[in-house]
Amino acid sequence: MAAIVTADGLRKSFGRRGSTSPPVLDGLDLELEEGAVLALLGPNGAGKTTTVRILSTLLQPDAGRATVAGFDVVRDARRVRETISLTGQQVAIDDKQSGAENLTMMGRLAHLPRRVVRDRVAELLDAFDLADAASRRVAAYSGGMRRRLDLAAGLLTRPRVMFLDEPTTGLDPRSRQAMWDVVRGVVADGTSVLLTTQYLEEADRLAQRVALVDGGRVVADGTPAQLKHEVGEAGVELTFASPSDAGRVAPALTAATVDGLRVRVPTDGSVAHVRSVLSAVEATGVAPEHWEVRAPSLDDVFLALTGHVGQERTAGATGVAA
Amino acid sequence: MTHLMSDVSTMTVRGLRLVSRDVDAMITAVLLPVIILLMFVLVFGGAVDIGTEYINYVTPGVILLAAGFGAANTALAVEHDMSSGMVERLRSMPMNAWTVLSGHVAASLVKNLATTAIVFGVSILMGFRPEATALEWLAAVGMILLFVGWITWLAALVGVLVRSPDAAGGFSFFVMFLPYVSSAFVPVDTLPGWLRGFAEHQPVTPVIETVRELLAGDVSGVTDPAGVAMLAVSWCLGLGLVFAVAAGLAFRARR
Repeated sequence: MAAIVTADGLRKSFGRRGSTSPPVLDGLDLELEEGAVLALLGPNGAGKTTTVRILSTLLQPDAGRATVAGFDVVRDARRVRETISLTGQQVAIDDKQSGAENLTMMGRLAHLPRRVVRDRVAELLDAFDLADAASRRVAAYSGGMRRRLDLAAGLLTRPRVMFLDEPTTGLDPRSRQAMWDVVRGVVADGTSVLLTTQYLEEADRLAQRVALVDGGRVVADGTPAQLKHEVGEAGVELTFASPSDAGRVAPALTAATVDGLRVRVPTDGSVAHVRSVLSAVEATGVAPEHWEVRAPSLDDVFLALTGHVGQERTAGATGVAA
Repeated sequence: MTHLMSDVSTMTVRGLRLVSRDVDAMITAVLLPVIILLMFVLVFGGAVDIGTEYINYVTPGVILLAAGFGAANTALAVEHDMSSGMVERLRSMPMNAWTVLSGHVAASLVKNLATTAIVFGVSILMGFRPEATALEWLAAVGMILLFVGWITWLAALVGVLVRSPDAAGGFSFFVMFLPYVSSAFVPVDTLPGWLRGFAEHQPVTPVIETVRELLAGDVSGVTDPAGVAMLAVSWCLGLGLVFAVAAGLAFRARR
């Protein structure tokens, strides 16, 4: 399959001239196949939002090149805008308009014929489970409903590519589930999706490919299965009283990693495996202060794939979310 | 640019909806000028001797003061769109994103038209006796809208430039002072010399005097009404053009 979104060596810094602030993007490459979902996974400040802003023509890169559907995001910005839809981190919907009014407005701004707008609005309200609330003002919507409406607002035109910037941040688990279903529906209708997320689980559930972003570049990428293979499904985590205790226990365990007081052993979570790990620990004669079975976190992924924990960086003084 | 008229009309409808549904701001927009009118006429009016009923003198000034308050709301609305992700979304679409500004300005004009009608109504109940023909009324309202126009484009510019709602709100302090230092509430020749220089050469004074001249006849001692009207219109069109272009440029420049 052909790539519908490409980025090649994107660079961007926000620092004032002469300042030494590190670049937000430091040679980022990526590729989204047509009809697929690519997740940019990384901590705050890794450069995910800046990447999305460049790909959706809101920002120009300092260097590098990006295309959407073959159009250059800088030179053919208008053609790119006709191809994409952007759903940013903030919900871009008017509280004082109803759900239907918001969608109709977006349809008019996309210059669709009046009749097409009417049909499409009804269709989307239905598909996103918002038909009952269609005539209510958005101010009365729940967080999940607002996110769904926000997403629907980007779908009036049936875009070929959709950018979703942290679509479920701040949602409760049930609303997150509902958003995932909605995104799957969008993909089933033939839209290619590039999403950013801080949640490994979200990338796992939605994406065919995951690109791990850290310090403004892609530090690893692959299928969720490949990532999980590297990280392990879950881990037995043991916390010891001192680093030397941790260091003494680790050699007795298969594939253990040590991080200060903590020793982590990948596990499939079965009783048999967890018991065997604990027996091996017991045999060393060093008792942990605490232990638990934990699903891999974003930190674990970074640790496993890059050898260090993802750097959380605050955006520059300009207040630009990176 | 294609689809310009369509974008302008869609964003105007949006602006009107947002303004008309902002109940708090609507109540303030109507009550505030009425209270100010009552205050000036009932409290200060007795002490001001300008040789005519004070209400005939002060009504246009109160309307322009209200326009200033209304403009502060426009600055807030624009700032909200800039910071809430709305402008980001519009910019990612194949449309004229700056029309979001013209939508707010159009809404402000309609809102001020309503406020103006109410202030005139209350003022007439309190004894304001304009002696104007229909054409003069029309001209007076047109003059007021031209004034609202430039001050709202300035508000839109402020909304684009500021980075917080507080800063946008602070705008009202600035515009509040313009009418006070003009012939809106007291004749300019009662001001100290250095202040008079400013009062005579700022846009509010010729606008006030033109509206007064049109509605109530000669109550401000203007000797050349046509010249003052020309000056007022030039001020408003000039500032309107400057601030509209500046707002558009600032909108494009801000990323």
